[in-house]
Amino acid sequence: MGFFIAQLLTGLANAAALFLVASGLSLIFGVTRIVNFAHGSFYMLGAYVGITLMGVLPGVLGPYLGFWGAIVLTGLIVGLAGALVEIVVLRPIYRAPELFQLVATFGVILVIQDLALMVWGAEDQMGPRAPGLRGVFRIFGEPIPKYDIVLICITPFILLALWALIAKTRLGVLVRAATQDREMVAALGVNQRWLFTGVFALGSALAGWGGALQLPKGGADLLMDFNIIGPLFVVTVIGGMGSLPGAFIAAVLISVLNVFGVAYLPQSTLVLMFVVMAIVLIVRPYGLLGKEEVAGEHGQSGAPETPIRPFGRRGRLAVAGLLLVMALLPLVTQPFALVLLTDIVIFALFAASLQFILGTGGLVSFGHAAFYGGGAYAAALMVTYAKTPMEIAFLFAPLGAGMLALVIGWFCIRLSGVYFAMLTLAFSQLVWSLVFQWRAVTRGDDGLIDIWPSAWLSGTVPYYYFTLVVGVLGILFLRTVIHAPFGYALRAGRDSARQAEAMGIDVKRVQYVAFALAGALAGLAGGLFVFAKGSVFPTELEIGKSFDALIVVFLGGVKTLSGGIVGATFMAAVEDWLTRLHYWRLLLGLLIIAVVILAPEGIVGSARRLGLRLGLVKHTEAD
Amino acid sequence: MTGANPAHGNRGPGPANRRDDHMNILRSLIAAATAVTVLSAPAFAEDPIKIGDINHYKRMAAFAEPYRKGIELAVAEVNAEGGVLGRPLEFVFPDDQGDPGEAVKIAEDLMTREGTVMFTGAILSNVGIALSSFAKEKNYLYLAGEPLADTLVWKSGNPNTFRLRVSTWVQAAMLAEQAAKTDAKTYATIAPNYSYGTEAVEAFKANLKRLKPDVEFVDEQWPALFKIDAAAEVQAIEKAKPDAIFNVTFGADLAKFVREGTDRGLFDGRGVYSMLTGEPEYLEPLGEEAPEGWYVTGYPWYDLPDGPGKDFVAAYETATGETPKMGSLVGYTMAKSVAAAIQKAGATDTASLIKAFEGLEVPSTPVGPLEYRAIDHQSTLGAYVGTLAVKDGKGVMVDWEYKNPVPYMPSDDEIRAMRPAN
Repeated sequence: MGFFIAQLLTGLANAAALFLVASGLSLIFGVTRIVNFAHGSFYMLGAYVGITLMGVLPGVLGPYLGFWGAIVLTGLIVGLAGALVEIVVLRPIYRAPELFQLVATFGVILVIQDLALMVWGAEDQMGPRAPGLRGVFRIFGEPIPKYDIVLICITPFILLALWALIAKTRLGVLVRAATQDREMVAALGVNQRWLFTGVFALGSALAGWGGALQLPKGGADLLMDFNIIGPLFVVTVIGGMGSLPGAFIAAVLISVLNVFGVAYLPQSTLVLMFVVMAIVLIVRPYGLLGKEEVAGEHGQSGAPETPIRPFGRRGRLAVAGLLLVMALLPLVTQPFALVLLTDIVIFALFAASLQFILGTGGLVSFGHAAFYGGGAYAAALMVTYAKTPMEIAFLFAPLGAGMLALVIGWFCIRLSGVYFAMLTLAFSQLVWSLVFQWRAVTRGDDGLIDIWPSAWLSGTVPYYYFTLVVGVLGILFLRTVIHAPFGYALRAGRDSARQAEAMGIDVKRVQYVAFALAGALAGLAGGLFVFAKGSVFPTELEIGKSFDALIVVFLGGVKTLSGGIVGATFMAAVEDWLTRLHYWRLLLGLLIIAVVILAPEGIVGSARRLGLRLGLVKHTEAD
Repeated sequence: MTGANPAHGNRGPGPANRRDDHMNILRSLIAAATAVTVLSAPAFAEDPIKIGDINHYKRMAAFAEPYRKGIELAVAEVNAEGGVLGRPLEFVFPDDQGDPGEAVKIAEDLMTREGTVMFTGAILSNVGIALSSFAKEKNYLYLAGEPLADTLVWKSGNPNTFRLRVSTWVQAAMLAEQAAKTDAKTYATIAPNYSYGTEAVEAFKANLKRLKPDVEFVDEQWPALFKIDAAAEVQAIEKAKPDAIFNVTFGADLAKFVREGTDRGLFDGRGVYSMLTGEPEYLEPLGEEAPEGWYVTGYPWYDLPDGPGKDFVAAYETATGETPKMGSLVGYTMAKSVAAAIQKAGATDTASLIKAFEGLEVPSTPVGPLEYRAIDHQSTLGAYVGTLAVKDGKGVMVDWEYKNPVPYMPSDDEIRAMRPAN
């Protein structure tokens, strides 16, 4: 009994910081519809700023006021930083396509990571102790740290204060109104700009407070921004995006379950919360307290889309010319350029497969790496265990990934919008942990090695040609599908599911098939990857890999297939160039932010618009 | 803090130059923002011999920065004494972001365009394994400095890969030997849930069971790396009531585990055997909360007797203004090994270098003479083991000793059976 209660209390204490940070993310999403990847960075900033202030303030204000004053002040400072980011980075791009802002927040992550490294150094820092709260209380004979009890007592008050702010104040009324229908709020004359800035600042401040409050139980390190992102999204989604009480319930649920998971299923720590999220989303597609998303409302802003058309004659000639140049390149260039180009073609195919489902299908997948890595592993497993020749093992990459997509898609396709994205994320995490933990078969993170191509393809030049042919055929295949009747049906379902249904299109089935196709082509890219590198590790299945693809698709331009390809080329080339420098993350982050602000429709979309304005491209050219 | 990598200015003529123009603009930008330390080397008539160290300089900054400074110190010393084969030695430091695929791409870049003669690096074992497989396929030479995985030189060992640091198996065996001397019968283990953690626990169990067959392992905890729920872990271990604990967590996980465990009295009256905890990277952040009485592997740089070890500490402090970390020692020793190998080979082609590394003796390193064993390409760098204590508000290792790794390794026959036929 005592042990049970002690565990429950531990879970509740852990929930405190998680709830604070998640409520900030939820608020920001509810009002601005921004999926803020950088929220973890504000949490990390909170921890570092907190440590710094706790080193200074107690000397001035005495230990008690100094400690708690430092926590309060930390939130305010991080809130200011949040407001700054909103004004400088996000404000110029609110009218960009749906979810485009997440690219900008990714840039912010990189910038904050390097700034934190410059300011606070590389070494981990222990959090200061809360004054007067060292030691434990004995509850049923079990030791419970005093600070845990304080955290458990504070959390309901924070929830209450936030609830009062939202329910009782004018700001709260505006926030709720904007969460429901922000166009209407704007039409009623509310200054949306400052409302968004205010909410973003409040959300960031909550993240900062979360970071500062957890200090006596942990500390500050440079990895904590990424490490909290997973639990954060899980809590927000289980609770229902935009719902504060939902975030509270979900934070408690996840934290308590985690504590019991550690006691009774110690191996489960990698996936438990993603399993819970998948179950919740399958049973309640909009989270525990979330509301169904109204079709068309979700962040749809900006100019209406012009229907895409196949390239005109000039465009086709240009592409053909480019391909010719690429085919002749080995005659003139040195080997490394070919290695880099091989990587770029593989990445472009991966990005194009995501663009297909995301841009054409309107299904934002946050877990596309499951199919890329899945394809790589399918081929690698065949080579390792069946000694399959490369030519046959390679076919298993798209095949295996396609099958995987059929399974995952069956669960995910019934959802839409952010909830669809989160369920794909959960499933990709499940695949990752399966590969990671099933060491007997996959060798865990020691990976599968010595997966090299057959003799006739080994060597840089032959493999470059192989990749070029397979990659180009894959992309051409996607292009054909997009401009075939199937592609029209898919786009119809994206633009108006109801009208498409009325015309006799089985929207869900079309989406399901498209999802499987996208998975198979991502797997194809994975197959090319594994034979290019000779090894595969669970890193190819990580969330970060999915985000890489997501970011280049948005960066390139979400509306046309060429967006993914251009974005991938741009990113791979820039990374290859920047990572040789010491503070490359800062530079890359700034570069991404600059591109996002200058080209809010992605590189391709904005280049096209510029061309239109300068008269270089004509509206009719595409016909 | 070092600025942009000085090596990038030295590219020869050729297609790379166009890229240099871009780099120059950026470089001057960075130079404005940070202090650029340029190693002062004597004037050499000849082109430098280049080595590429591929690493996760940002993702694992706490270990990688001192490691890089260690390399730079060694390179400066080598060049002050006239370089190798009459040419200056030069390291370049590309960042692979901790991604094995990226690391392989960079290795290819280094060997085909950058003109390096071999490559070194990696902290994460999976990156090291990827580089090792790549080196074998393309017949390059790879020296792994830091990766601990046993498989790198044993089950997946290959002729093109050498490794400096003492592996997981050996460190766990040293701790198990000490644990076997006590009366403790029941053990709990806690390790991060990835290869290094699992390997360490397996090695500790195997060695302890061999020395003391009646021990029992009553609980195993597997927190996700850097995502530990320390309070829950401590409660779960406490529930199993073990006599002693084997810990493999490190970094931020370790700090949280130590704090919760101390608060809740988990370590009272229990022996704790802990991997890497005595390394300054992980011990210094704990400050006065360093867990006293733990038996750990680490690096007691503050307590070394007169000799090469102490000289290295002094030189490092003079050069960098910081105290050395474990990474500093590894980076320094690795760069010195590379210099010795090139000198012995008398050439810089891969075949000669591999031949030179097999059985290579490096006479004067901070830990004394080293050898790269011909049988498994593992160096004989050992490990410091000792007990943690708190002095002047800081954690230190006391009653420590430096242990030669060879007695803790599997027998030569076992190694031959494990290694794929060369």
